[in-house]
Amino acid sequence: MLAEKYAPRIEKIFAKYPTKRSAVMPLLYIAQEEYGYITAEGVNEVAVLCDMDSTQVRSIAGFYTMYSEQPKGKYWLQVCTDLACALRGADQFHEQLKEHLGVDEGGTTADGMFTVEHVMCLAACDKAPMLQCNFHFHELLDMDKMKVLLEQWRSGDSAESAKPEKKTRKKTASA
Amino acid sequence: MGDAMASMNIIFREKDVPNIHEIGTYRKHGGYDALRKAVGMKPSEVIDVVKASNLRGRGGAGFPTGVKWSFIPQSEPRKYVVVNADESETGTFKDRQIMENNPHQLIEGAMIAAWAIQATAVYIYLRGEFWDLAHMLDEHIEDARKAGFVGDNVLGSGFNCMVYTHLGAGAYICGEESALLESLEGKLGQPRVRPPFPAQKGGGLYAEPTVVNNVETIANVPWIITNGADEYKKIGTEQSSGTKIFCVSGHVEKPGNYELPLGATLRELIYEHAGGIPNGKQIKAMLPSGGSGPIVRINGNDDPILDTKLTYEDFVKIGTILGSASVIVMDETTDITWVAAKITRFFKHESCGKCTPCREGTYWLDKTLDRIMAGNARENDIDLIANVARNMQGVTLCALGDFAANPIIHTIQNFPEDFKAHIGNTANAPVTAAAAGD
Repeated sequence: MLAEKYAPRIEKIFAKYPTKRSAVMPLLYIAQEEYGYITAEGVNEVAVLCDMDSTQVRSIAGFYTMYSEQPKGKYWLQVCTDLACALRGADQFHEQLKEHLGVDEGGTTADGMFTVEHVMCLAACDKAPMLQCNFHFHELLDMDKMKVLLEQWRSGDSAESAKPEKKTRKKTASA
Repeated sequence: MGDAMASMNIIFREKDVPNIHEIGTYRKHGGYDALRKAVGMKPSEVIDVVKASNLRGRGGAGFPTGVKWSFIPQSEPRKYVVVNADESETGTFKDRQIMENNPHQLIEGAMIAAWAIQATAVYIYLRGEFWDLAHMLDEHIEDARKAGFVGDNVLGSGFNCMVYTHLGAGAYICGEESALLESLEGKLGQPRVRPPFPAQKGGGLYAEPTVVNNVETIANVPWIITNGADEYKKIGTEQSSGTKIFCVSGHVEKPGNYELPLGATLRELIYEHAGGIPNGKQIKAMLPSGGSGPIVRINGNDDPILDTKLTYEDFVKIGTILGSASVIVMDETTDITWVAAKITRFFKHESCGKCTPCREGTYWLDKTLDRIMAGNARENDIDLIANVARNMQGVTLCALGDFAANPIIHTIQNFPEDFKAHIGNTANAPVTAAAAGD
């Protein structure tokens, strides 16, 4: 149950808003984190917490693209192929990545590790090609760099979390 | 080469002061002095200074910021400041850099805005993809709260106001202010019918009067309070005061953010700061405001249009807008029909579905452009998409309907030969009238 397991986080979220309904989006993120994607169970729990119909919660989950209503691979790779990135080779990179992993658009590798899909502008146009992996950005990519990253993720030998969680704050540059 | 207007870092202060993202460093360099000054002034005096500075909204619309603040009815007990950090326009990546490298200037500016309208709370609405950034920002807000700049009894003034972050979840439309407010209230991000406007009772967040400003706009405010409106107006041109951050992407040597005084030229931006067009190529086109602003035709690197000044007023003269100043540069190898198809795909995906002309229009534009790009264009396809686009203009609740029409109308107008080339190359025989009805 989300309500018990994430009680302190949920309490903090509710404290931000004068209405319970405003907490629906942050709570859906917690549901997704817990169950891996937006499940019926997660929707129902969020609905109870926010005093909403589960249908209303489901419609919110369906409207916003960062909530996934299907299971994804352990690493959800979203490649920006929008205009500014495409002018710097993002379409080719996207194709090469799918070919390398042997998946079609939106597909997941047989071992359940990687899902690849294209995504709309991620506000990193000066660092194309780039992708978002479990909500963390990886920029200025090519297939050579990508293969190294994929290997790290595959072997679990990476600081990259399989779940979106808080990263440490920006590091102070040494003088 | 050395004559280009130099960059000026009102916002990107990290270029002059390393580690200014840390509250200690920020304070050592005058940080939060503007807030201290502001809470020593009457709220209406703060609004007057911002009005006099001629600061205009940096998110795209260019509306005078102080005027926007003055619309808030002071008599209402609950009011809100909402910072729009949804940054989703194709080609725009400036707010991210501000929040990452100079977050306290945003927090300070937001608190000054809050004081000016006597706000109950500040919400910073970040696009969901700024996940890491939002968590970093939360820590910076906590630092500011501990130092007495945010929260209860701000700087001993008796004024209470907390700053909260709120993450969206992937929807371009939430950059539109009324859709953003809906989203913040836990609803679908769809635009509202106006009036009432956000500044009015009934129109803002939780139906209370609300100021919605872009990150870059708010980040200008501390400098203006510290240095005064007259100093700010010395930067830029008469109608376009201050600096602007230009996000340059596409076919340039050095894509990136460049903060320049308004009034620098397009040539300086693209060739001096962004390093010019790679591989000895000629420039062909420029989108000045991401996917949504009218495209500009540029006939090579010597075209005098490149001497146009980067101001709100000069960009109108060349048939476009300065908007969010997300400059996407395209070289001579670029097929502008492909550009129109790319942008249309974006708007089709991002149309929220509320207004029929936008929802259906973007769908059919995308479908028709797909056919054109696949080499299966029908003879009247250019007229068809132009017609569909014209019927999306001015008939939707928010600007997205017009934004989605722009890439079609202006690409066809400025680059008819690129479209005709696709019709000429069509693999299929021209369709008959009967076939067109299938």
